[in-house]
Amino acid sequence: MTTTEKTYAGVCVTCNEQGYLTNFEQWNKDVGLAIAKEEQIEMTDKHWEVIQFLQEQHKKQVPLSIRKIGKSGVVSIKEFYQLFPKGPLKISSRISGIPKPVSCI
Amino acid sequence: MKQLLILGAGTSGTMMANHLRKALSKKEWNITIVDQEETHYYQPGFLFLPFDIYKTKQVKKKIEKFIPKGVKLLKEKINRIDKDNDLVVLENENILQYDILIIATGTNIAPQEIEGMLGDHWQKSVFDFYTFEGARNLRNKLRTWEGGKLVVHISEMPIKCPVAPLEFAFLADSYFINKGMRDKVDITYVTPMSGAFTKPIATKELGHLLEQKNIKVVPDFNIERVDAENQKIIDYGEEEVAYDLLVTVPTNMGDELIERSGFGDELNFVPTDKTTLQTKVKDNIFAIGDATNIPASKAGSVAHFEAEILTENIQRYIQGKELKKEFDGHANCFIETGHGKALLIDFNYTQEPVKGTFPFPNVGPLSLLKETHMNHMGKLAFRWIYWNMLIKGKHIPFVSATMSTSGKQLETTNNL
Repeated sequence: MTTTEKTYAGVCVTCNEQGYLTNFEQWNKDVGLAIAKEEQIEMTDKHWEVIQFLQEQHKKQVPLSIRKIGKSGVVSIKEFYQLFPKGPLKISSRISGIPKPVSCI
Repeated sequence: MKQLLILGAGTSGTMMANHLRKALSKKEWNITIVDQEETHYYQPGFLFLPFDIYKTKQVKKKIEKFIPKGVKLLKEKINRIDKDNDLVVLENENILQYDILIIATGTNIAPQEIEGMLGDHWQKSVFDFYTFEGARNLRNKLRTWEGGKLVVHISEMPIKCPVAPLEFAFLADSYFINKGMRDKVDITYVTPMSGAFTKPIATKELGHLLEQKNIKVVPDFNIERVDAENQKIIDYGEEEVAYDLLVTVPTNMGDELIERSGFGDELNFVPTDKTTLQTKVKDNIFAIGDATNIPASKAGSVAHFEAEILTENIQRYIQGKELKKEFDGHANCFIETGHGKALLIDFNYTQEPVKGTFPFPNVGPLSLLKETHMNHMGKLAFRWIYWNMLIKGKHIPFVSATMSTSGKQLETTNNL
């Protein structure tokens, strides 16, 4: 897989070809905000709550799913869709600086 | 005498019974395996059954045929595990004490999790092919179906054998061409993932297959409900896909006994260490196969590789030694692409599927991530290997439990 260097909010980060950070350590809130802008998402406190949940799960190495978000107590699945329309898990994962959920191939 | 108890006599449980009866002293250890079923199904065959490639009798045999001498088989329903007292309570209220417990209760489809999936239309216009009954009923439907919109659909991840729905779509294309009615069938593949292929190399190498076979893909579709009356599925973002025939993979969940036992995640999968296969529930409880929550594919090949490592770790546990953190998520799967061809993929937790040869570098005879007739022959030969070697716990020559990198073209990946 090829990676590229990108600058978000003055921070140089490494991304894969689909625009996901390859090193979570490079993430900070300003980087997340700049990626959100690219995704045309206006971030609110609720958005950041979801991002924080995703990052906590990522640190615990828990694979993420829509069901897990719905049971998180942070948002319902419907609200998740309202916050990050069209493919909420992949968009919110990108803003969180964590890998996109993948299958085996 | 000490007691080793295995819950579930499917692929994983049967393999463990065979491995452990050889590995553990008959003077010191009793082994008991519990399962309520009469039949052991060759589950990979459920993919072929709907297309009349396999007959029903080729995919089922009696469960006891594969339980070795010296292992007691109890055909009972299990109520719950009492982990604090090292007991398993059966539905008939009999109690089984254990020193070591292995959970191998697999995963089941849970169509009730999706609003509107069950009803009068279930197994009439909405089918699964993850059960024997579903695959057989779908075969009967396809024999007389006159065409229309065929939607092949994944409800949510994780599912058993994640490539099976894609294989179903490929085989459907082949099946309808052979019947001379492909022009009457519109095939759409609907997935909650970002595409039919999600890993970079597989996407690059295999993306053309969908276009070539005229299979439309609807990605990022998280189903909220089935509107059976109007024959459409609707996702949380209000996107709709219409069908005449819906072949779905419903939500997959671990056995309800896990929920009754008070552990398991939101899908009843057992929290398990992904390298040792010891559960996080208690030190003397281990788990294998589809029942675990480890981030490996839910597949027979994974269970086979896990079984070799778990057998060693159970022996180490008995001897008071540190467990080997050896399981690497190794999976090895054939993917049918129709017209007598198949792909083969070999990968683990960190190594995505790549091109190459298998099992012998530069020789093969099987090709990785490439459509060949030889791979298809390998998939067909696997049924014999399954019944005669795999579930009997025999080592499959030249295929190691941990993934080998030899024969793989790794220069194009950096293992992300």
